Amino acid sequence: MKKLSIILGKTVQKVTCLRGNGGSALPGLVVERTNRNFVREVLGKLPHGVVVVSGTNGKTTTTKMITELFESQGLKVFTNKTGSNFVRGVISAILKDIKISGKFDYDIAVLELDEAHAVKFSEVAPIDYALLLNVMRDQLDRFGEIDHTAAYLQKVAAAAKKTVILNREDPRVSKIEAKNTAFFGLSDSLIKEFPSDDDLLTHDKKKASKKTALVTLEKLDSKATFAIDGKKYTTPLKVKGVYNAYNAAGALAIVKTVLPKSKTDDIIKALANIESAFGRGEVLKIGETEVELLLVKNPSAFQLSLTSFVDKNHDYMIAINDEIADGRDVSWLWNVDFTSLKTVKVTSGTRATDMTLRLKYDEVKTDATIEDLKQALEKFVNTGKNPKRIFATYTAMLELRKIISGKSLV
Amino acid sequence: MKLKILHLYPKEMNLYGDHGNVLTLVKRCEWRGIKTEVIAHEPGDPIPDDIDIIFGGGGQDSNQNAIEDDLRAIGPQLKTMVDAGTPTLVVCGLYQLFGEYFQTAEGEKIKGISILDLHTVAGPNRLIGNVVVSTPEYGEIVGYENHSGLTELGEGVSPFGTVIKGYGNNGKDMIEGAKYKNCIGTYLHGPVLPKNPRLADFLITKAIERQTKSRPKLERLNDTVENRAHKVATTRPQ
Repeated sequence: MKKLSIILGKTVQKVTCLRGNGGSALPGLVVERTNRNFVREVLGKLPHGVVVVSGTNGKTTTTKMITELFESQGLKVFTNKTGSNFVRGVISAILKDIKISGKFDYDIAVLELDEAHAVKFSEVAPIDYALLLNVMRDQLDRFGEIDHTAAYLQKVAAAAKKTVILNREDPRVSKIEAKNTAFFGLSDSLIKEFPSDDDLLTHDKKKASKKTALVTLEKLDSKATFAIDGKKYTTPLKVKGVYNAYNAAGALAIVKTVLPKSKTDDIIKALANIESAFGRGEVLKIGETEVELLLVKNPSAFQLSLTSFVDKNHDYMIAINDEIADGRDVSWLWNVDFTSLKTVKVTSGTRATDMTLRLKYDEVKTDATIEDLKQALEKFVNTGKNPKRIFATYTAMLELRKIISGKSLV
Repeated sequence: MKLKILHLYPKEMNLYGDHGNVLTLVKRCEWRGIKTEVIAHEPGDPIPDDIDIIFGGGGQDSNQNAIEDDLRAIGPQLKTMVDAGTPTLVVCGLYQLFGEYFQTAEGEKIKGISILDLHTVAGPNRLIGNVVVSTPEYGEIVGYENHSGLTELGEGVSPFGTVIKGYGNNGKDMIEGAKYKNCIGTYLHGPVLPKNPRLADFLITKAIERQTKSRPKLERLNDTVENRAHKVATTRPQ
């Protein structure tokens, strides 16, 4: 049955690729329909099992970190790099790599899954470990309320056969129950930089929880200091921003849990060289100008991005689209405090004017409001020599990236 | 001159950026040299008597449960203020709770505080999307709705407006929101005030009028950005 599924899936993959549509979901659909145990049969045999990374913010970069950390330890890691973070996408990714003989040459799987898809995944495949990052308001118009999201993560945790690593400082995540749990956390001094969804407006001073954490992020300036098993490790990081440093603590916790005998010094060394994932602080060049792209998809991510990436040396542009993938509702912009910005050079996207309006009520000046992203970008790169940063919603980011890569080819 | 704005449950009932409504009131006063004080009311806090504007937003179900007891306790006081003409804006969750009752999907009736003559019944689907409403007093209003409760108005209130795009109170009678004296209840997030400055200025005007006992002439502000954002919102898909 498995062999048949592989042949069938691979055939569909070939055919859809020939038709030139990338074919990411269809082969998965065909196999899903014909053999419900396919994923379980393949992933269930991995010697180190399956790690699932879920939560609202930071999944992509964290999954990348965990994958590269395992690779630094000599493991062959299967991961869903293409961003097909749903069951069919995972099946398609398996089909690409699996031999007709059924040989699937990996030691461990590290999969990034949306909260709802993680639940579906847990119904068709084994989960050994889970890393649950946070629960934030994200496109509420699509997924409903955040308590629902927390309930999804609880289901994922309950399905995990070994250990679930939880963000100690997220009120909804830290109370999730599982067979075995461990935490990653923050020191008291850093915790105020991490608003949970409830704190976004109240700005209450929080204290770190008293639960013992396996890994904590202790300090962050030009270098990051982590405490692991009571010992401190200080390292520079290529990933930028406080939230990425914090997610690195989660990644370290997973790696130390799966490979308890690994040498922490080596892992920290490997961590130092890991770079951000697409759209998460990626730096692109337009002529001589450096443009850094920062994905903002919900108030908490936007707030943390502003905390990490606003300084006097950069010029800023904000691109807000309200396509389905961004969320049609733009009211979340009013849950972000923009007062750390002095001026925004350009606002853009389908809801550029909403952004300009939002900034007006925080008394932040907007020099130009240009809905068209291409025109906005041209205007922005001609505003002076300062390096540039663009905060953009998902579809705006994709479009900007296309425009920029198109330019560099010329 | 100073206006006191009562913000009901800013921690628990602040879904969808409703806090932006308070910020809009504050800034539009400040830009005209009118001082404001925002009183954040959380469960257990006393309510001052000299409130000029009342605002309350929406919350998710678990948060709504946390404020219900307090809301019932302060309900009579709020009713006295609204009955006396205090300008009030309640959105979504608190709009429903300002009514007679909310009937859950299981048939349980959660009592409201009976300021607005209306009731709400849980519906099978969420009504979600951009909304455009025509109102007799404030012109065209834009916003974004996201609710599963279906609201029916009684005799004691008038509609806030007529739905041009979107669902409104229940997706059937084309009515959006409710109005009683100077109290407006609506499902519109967005938040509603920034892109509908006329509505914001109505609340401010009424507040000053009640304090000074004479109809003020509000200084005109440059609303180019507000009006443009309003216009863009009307053109977006539902």
